Amino acid sequence: MNQASSAKSKIELLIASIARSLEGCRHVAVGASSPIPGAGALLAKHLSKNTMRVSILGSERHNFFTDGGVELFDLAAQGRIDAFFLGGGQIDGDGNINLVGAGDTYPQHTVRWPGSFGSAYMYYLVPKVILFREEHSRRVFVPKVDFISSPGSSSNNIYRRGGPMSLLTNLCKFSFNKNENEFRLESLHPGVTLEEVLNNTGFSFTHPKKIPVTELPSYEMMNTIQSLIQDQLSEIYPIFAKRMAAFQKG
Amino acid sequence: MKSNPIFVSLANLVQFISDGDKIAIPKDTSGVAMSATKELIKKNLKNLHIVCVPIGGIQADMLIGAGLVSTVESSAITLGEYGTGPRFLQALKNNEIKMLDSTCPAIYAGLQAAEKGIPFIPLRGIIGSDLLENRSDWKVGENPFSEDDPIVFLKAIRPDVCIFHAHSADKHGNVFIGRNRDLITLAHASACTLVTVEKIIDDDFLSDNLRAGATLPAIYTSAISVAERGAEPLAFGEEYAEDQEFLTKYSIAAKTQAGFEKFIASWLSA
Repeated sequence: MNQASSAKSKIELLIASIARSLEGCRHVAVGASSPIPGAGALLAKHLSKNTMRVSILGSERHNFFTDGGVELFDLAAQGRIDAFFLGGGQIDGDGNINLVGAGDTYPQHTVRWPGSFGSAYMYYLVPKVILFREEHSRRVFVPKVDFISSPGSSSNNIYRRGGPMSLLTNLCKFSFNKNENEFRLESLHPGVTLEEVLNNTGFSFTHPKKIPVTELPSYEMMNTIQSLIQDQLSEIYPIFAKRMAAFQKG
Repeated sequence: MKSNPIFVSLANLVQFISDGDKIAIPKDTSGVAMSATKELIKKNLKNLHIVCVPIGGIQADMLIGAGLVSTVESSAITLGEYGTGPRFLQALKNNEIKMLDSTCPAIYAGLQAAEKGIPFIPLRGIIGSDLLENRSDWKVGENPFSEDDPIVFLKAIRPDVCIFHAHSADKHGNVFIGRNRDLITLAHASACTLVTVEKIIDDDFLSDNLRAGATLPAIYTSAISVAERGAEPLAFGEEYAEDQEFLTKYSIAAKTQAGFEKFIASWLSA
């Protein structure tokens, strides 16, 4: 497999994996700068025969909001959003996420990222939060984040119905065990070994004795991604859609 | 209350803004007054406190790079697919700006408190986040109607001025905003509202029920300027797409202060 087609099939695997984990949701929302979660949600919507609602921030067409930016947060507060995506420059084993910066002390971090967006709210209120970060490295998956944009869990007296459900990366998929407050390795992407995941993860996690391989996209999923989804994405993420289309030709 | 809308030139529009003002600006997809941003930079305002609603993009990065800003209140500064705002990053590193890191719903809620004229507003979430540790205007209190239910109280955000770009104004100064309801929140919360529009239409939006609900009434608008393609290089609804070449070039040029200054000089003279 050449490099371009390998990168393309990795993206398709991630999109399909996200779509599978959204099955049964009534309403999925996707935040800013999230082309792969956006594609996964649009694919899940297609597979649900369009019974699922998908709201993508920044989209004119895939967004039914008529009350401005506040509507997403009000919907979440009312329990009208089942799933949402968050990422992080750093994510630790307790599910804490950091979208602000790393190294030295806040606010003069050595590395600064855009900021926390809606994470310090959505993580508490949306039942299924899928953590998504392509880069799987010790720089991202750290023992303890340098800044908590949003914590993975809260004490019992804090109003919270949401939190991390899973963590999807370029190498594997974890689930999050809320009782034990830890990640569990659920599946390895094709060709990835446990050793590779261990070497690139800065926090500890549990895993089954025999680790399954992440399910490949079905034929229908592949077709849908390559036609419909790419077309829909070009409105919201023009550069990403171009990248996908270039893979296709190459 | 004024009886006539004030239609002014772009240069006069920014005369409503003073050094030290708290100025609210919308996110990239809500209608950013980019043409007016040129005038802001030319006017060389100082010590602005920008409130990005709820995140900032190239406009915020330009204002920071041009030295107009002393405080940034935002949930993120990003050029989206073009990376993180390079001038924002540098200013933060150099300790040139005070950063009030926020989260999107907190910015909206703070503005909504100002809309209602109340001093603070409670909001879920946030407790346990390091954002809270760095905000003296956010406090954890108790739900007065329940026991052991801590909740965050946010101080109201009352901007001195907000500035944004919208589709059109009618001859009375009513502004058609479509479903960009963020612009309503901005105008309600701010003491002064400055608007640029693609065009002025010889009509009365409020006499048409289909449009009236998507209209910001003239009572809120302090001054309006016509700026055709006034959100460029950003996209504006379905009217025009983003200028990818401009945004790419900016994201590269602005990596250094010299590159930024050269880029802005050529943009201002274009």
